[in-house]
Amino acid sequence: MDRYSRQQRFAPIGATGQQRIREKRVLVVGAGALGAANAETLVRAGVGKITIVDRDYVEWSNLQRQQLYTEEDAIKRLPKAMAAATHLRAINSDVVIEPIVADADARLLEYLVARDRPHVIIDSTDNFDVRMIINDVSQKYAVPWIYGACVGSYGLSYVIIPHETPCLRCLLEEVPLGVATCDTAGIISPVVHMVVAHQTAEALKILVNDERINRKLVSFDIWRGQYRMIDVKRIKKDGCPSCGDKRTYPALQYENETKFAVLCGRDTVQIRPAQRDGWEWTTLISFLQQQGIQVERNDYLFSFTVDWHRFVVFFDGRVFIHGTNDIQEAKRLYYQYLG
Amino acid sequence: MRCIINGETIELPHHVRTVAQLLRHFHIHEKIAIVEINMDIVPKDNYEQRAIADGDRIEIVHFVGGG
Ligand SMILES: [Zn+2]
Repeated sequence: MDRYSRQQRFAPIGATGQQRIREKRVLVVGAGALGAANAETLVRAGVGKITIVDRDYVEWSNLQRQQLYTEEDAIKRLPKAMAAATHLRAINSDVVIEPIVADADARLLEYLVARDRPHVIIDSTDNFDVRMIINDVSQKYAVPWIYGACVGSYGLSYVIIPHETPCLRCLLEEVPLGVATCDTAGIISPVVHMVVAHQTAEALKILVNDERINRKLVSFDIWRGQYRMIDVKRIKKDGCPSCGDKRTYPALQYENETKFAVLCGRDTVQIRPAQRDGWEWTTLISFLQQQGIQVERNDYLFSFTVDWHRFVVFFDGRVFIHGTNDIQEAKRLYYQYLG
Repeated sequence: MRCIINGETIELPHHVRTVAQLLRHFHIHEKIAIVEINMDIVPKDNYEQRAIADGDRIEIVHFVGGG
């Protein structure tokens, strides 16, 4: 197996480590900049299986840093998970790649983790709601996860090992609101790779059972030349609702209502209906066409524009309404055209 | 008072004497910040009491959501 020879020659991995990597399963949540780079690195490293979950589709503004995607993916508006799977399979056909086009909600993540018992979960999401779900699933099923995030030229990474390191909820007493996002503060590709380098190095250590996992919170600013590691073990909380003695996993309490969420800085509202089955898309599309609305579709979604609002409807029921940050307006538009 | 914050020497105004005041000074919400003084992490419930001193090396880590 010449393919992995250089990785095997690296003493801490070796032939035994390579065999272990081959037998492992990884769940990557998010297929944006972090997800694409994490998935590519782990697929090249030869993991057994990767499941990659993402709700979004490829757009032109992604191509500057989301390394798996091509112009063709953006032209076709392919869902990121599907486009990623195609490219990942071309990179390494040994790896089982499972793309999932869906919002990474509590129900889905808990299902995937209970089903597959992945050996590590890689956070490549862009928001703390999903991270808190990952955090609770990780604790409930005792699967380590690796937080990664970046904006501008600043990035962070941190490994959460259940029963050992403080969890994300220990570190963060509340979900940060209104923090800078890639859309408002921009982002440069090198910081993505620095975050991913930390996440994948720790993932490889976990996969080969190496004890030298970095338990510190790592943060850096690659433009200003700052790099620091902080030992956070003292802030593990006994009373933490996610990892403490009387844990309740607050992020896993399922909700059964249609959810409207502003996608930060994107001038977009996402609608996630509670009920997912039985959508009559063909009927709906012809109904829209009868009203003179031009509908474009591919295998995963259809889209149309009314005034200055673009609707993107995924066949799993989720809808993006672009051109608004106003939940009330989005609700009105949603029920008017799709309700 | 002069402290080294995230590697940069910064002159702090007189009214900044505790970790909580420091975070307020930099407009950082205390519940989402991790603060380390001289290589020692400060528990969040100590932010109001924990004094900072001239020459302290302070690291403030803030979380971001992007990816
Ligand atoms: Zn905790």
